[in-house]
Amino acid sequence: MEPLPQPWPWYISGPLIGLTVPALLILSGKTFGISSSFRHFCSILSPRSKLAYLKENDWRAESWNLLFVAGIMVGAYLGGHVMTDGKIPLLPSHYYTESGILKLLFGGVLVGFGTRYADGCTSGHSITGISNLRWPSLVATICFFAGGLFMLAITEFIPS
Amino acid sequence: MRIFIPLLIGVYFGIILVKSQVASWFRIQRMFHFEEAHMYLVLASAIAVGAVAILVIKRLGVHTIDGNVAQLKEKGIHKGVIAGGMLFGMGWVITGACPGPIFAQIGNGEWAALATFSGALVGAYLYAIARPRLPH
Repeated sequence: MEPLPQPWPWYISGPLIGLTVPALLILSGKTFGISSSFRHFCSILSPRSKLAYLKENDWRAESWNLLFVAGIMVGAYLGGHVMTDGKIPLLPSHYYTESGILKLLFGGVLVGFGTRYADGCTSGHSITGISNLRWPSLVATICFFAGGLFMLAITEFIPS
Repeated sequence: MRIFIPLLIGVYFGIILVKSQVASWFRIQRMFHFEEAHMYLVLASAIAVGAVAILVIKRLGVHTIDGNVAQLKEKGIHKGVIAGGMLFGMGWVITGACPGPIFAQIGNGEWAALATFSGALVGAYLYAIARPRLPH
């Protein structure tokens, strides 16, 4: 295992992440979730699309979601470059190669397709949904992990 | 000014994603290999705090800043929750990022994550195409 800088401990990080749900709900009346931003970006990038999923999406009414992800980028910059005493690596160096970029692209397609088909991701289902005691979100979360473990099982047998 | 509140909460969330290393490919690998409990404990405590907060909000009938009753959007079950969920999980292992962390990685200067983001948009677009033919 490569040495990594110490993260904020779970008993601080986890509760702070959990507070995002009531903060967004009370301070802006919104339901915490991120993967719907992919749909909004697609709607914006193809304004004349005839695809119902993009055409019928009123992204302007959901533009808070785009501000939210913009905020995440700013926060991540602050967390990694301003409020820090050393670089926190988030991706391994072997992804900065041609094959690495292709892997990320392929994985990204699965993330985009999968989260839209499942109606949500770790934030919308695992954190918001389960916090709200919604059993479909528990099912989704179990599937996230099942898919991940399945992928690992495949890659153990197919050397990269 | 209220439209900037989601931006500010996003900044807050982005800082935590990096500082907790939830946005780290390395932590995701260790999670899926069951090598360390960090990610599981972060997720579990986030859910616990979220659940208590939602319970209190519901019990007290808390209103949002706009004066409406605070209510979360609720998602139903369909076949896509299972199939799509598994596809997402597969992508999560490869990229080391679920959707929030993709943006955190980009903001943190991991430019390779732009490939993950581009892929995610392609994936969402493919879903938009396939949607009428997919079981839901």
